[in-house]
Amino acid sequence: MSRQPHAQGALDADRAILAFDDVSMRYGRGPETLKDLSFSLAPGSFHFLTGASGAGKSSLLKLIYLAAKPSKGLMHLFGQDVSAIPVKEQPMLRRRIGVVFQEFRLLDHMTAFDNTALPLRIAGRKPDSYRQDVAELLAWVGLRSRMHAMPATLAGGEKQRLAIARAVVNRPDILLADEPTGNVDHEMGLRILRLFVELNRLGTTVLIATHDQDLVARSGKPVLHLEDGRLTALGPVGGAA
Amino acid sequence: MSDFDPGRWKPAPFLPEADARDGALTFVVATLCFLACLTALTVLATDRAARGWSDQLTGQATVIVRPKGAETPDSAAARAAEALSGVPGVGEVRALEKEKAQALVAPWLGDAADLDDLPVPRLVAVELDRKAPATAQALDRALKAQGLDAVVDDHSVWLKDIQHAAGFARWIGIGVFTLIAAAAGAVVAFATRAGLTARHEVVEVLHLAGAEDDFIARLFQVRFARMAAIAGLFGATGAAIMGAILRLMGGGQGLTPVLPVAWTDLLAVLPCPVAAGLVAAVAARLTAQGLIAKMT
Repeated sequence: MSRQPHAQGALDADRAILAFDDVSMRYGRGPETLKDLSFSLAPGSFHFLTGASGAGKSSLLKLIYLAAKPSKGLMHLFGQDVSAIPVKEQPMLRRRIGVVFQEFRLLDHMTAFDNTALPLRIAGRKPDSYRQDVAELLAWVGLRSRMHAMPATLAGGEKQRLAIARAVVNRPDILLADEPTGNVDHEMGLRILRLFVELNRLGTTVLIATHDQDLVARSGKPVLHLEDGRLTALGPVGGAA
Repeated sequence: MSDFDPGRWKPAPFLPEADARDGALTFVVATLCFLACLTALTVLATDRAARGWSDQLTGQATVIVRPKGAETPDSAAARAAEALSGVPGVGEVRALEKEKAQALVAPWLGDAADLDDLPVPRLVAVELDRKAPATAQALDRALKAQGLDAVVDDHSVWLKDIQHAAGFARWIGIGVFTLIAAAAGAVVAFATRAGLTARHEVVEVLHLAGAEDDFIARLFQVRFARMAAIAGLFGATGAAIMGAILRLMGGGQGLTPVLPVAWTDLLAVLPCPVAAGLVAAVAARLTAQGLIAKMT
């Protein structure tokens, strides 16, 4: 078995937006899904996370957005040891993370505008303080004319752009995307990639899990590659890619 | 271009408003509330009936007088009434006429018997002072002093039975009421569990968007408390209408003297919507918190 690559010149956990140190994870008493991962992501970086189905990409993202816990090792998020963060404080941390899923996970009973405004409402913001921001964000993702549409009436690409708008409306420090182009055609996939790149230029750290090798090749961004739960390739880290 | 105006936008509820199960659940909780209110009304009426009977029995005594020697029954009854009227704690004393005494035994003897030939004892009805009633012993002493052969019945045996039966009925009512309230709580808890499971993805999205467990649990708590309160209102209204019908059908004494419903009893259903809402709120909160903790 190949030794896992560790980041060359890896950042200190304090400086990295995300740092894994020998992290493993398992579901219940099952086998380890992720094994001995060590890497770090610098603030403002852009990475792809690749690997075959079942390699552990979604599990790795779950660890990062705090839907699962490491069974071993140390994980630092925004400079904090995740195992030391009280459960009550985790929602505040989640508000600094934007997540986009392949299956969109939009709320069907809400309009596009409501879906986008959701994180701001949960954060307790007054509607008057964000109405215009939400409208501008929807215009930015190309949904200016669909603000009042219900998700069921949107096309796949529109749904994914709406999911991206919802994920970034809170100006998260890190944006995670799990197969964001899996349910859209190639052209829309490239359009969505451009949105991610623009967000990254604005300072958001981006990590995208994908099968789409063409998308990865076109972007020229560094790659974290998982095989059977182990990190087997790691692109350049330590600064904005 | 869209005609959507962000300035006029009103936030949508966090949880979907309508659910196919809500109608059925409202009906079940309303039915349970109706039964609970009806039980409460029955307990109140039973309690009132028992108190009424007790009051009547404690205020009365009956004396059975048997003539001795050549004395006529009427004369013996008159002497007994006179003797009893002087006893402290005795109000009105009235010797029942021969016809009334015969009428009391007629149902057991039938038409064939000639009651005039039978030594039917005379009865003396004694109204006692309700504040300081004379005891059976005092009445007995007064009768014996006059040399009368008489038996005093102060209804104490019946009184004990009635009080015992009323207490028993009250506890059964309280037990049934508690059982129904617990059933309503269990139904709401079950519905919350089903609602959370069906809206698993909504819960996940809220979580990812940074919602705290308490915030999500509160959404379900408010949803089910409101639903149960509305169901409680329906159930209470139904029970109040039923109580009013019983009251109207029975005139001054409710449906029958056995179950006298008073207009004021109908006030007992007023707390039902609030109580149903509280039971639902607690059940939903506990269930939601437990399930959300398992989900995340």
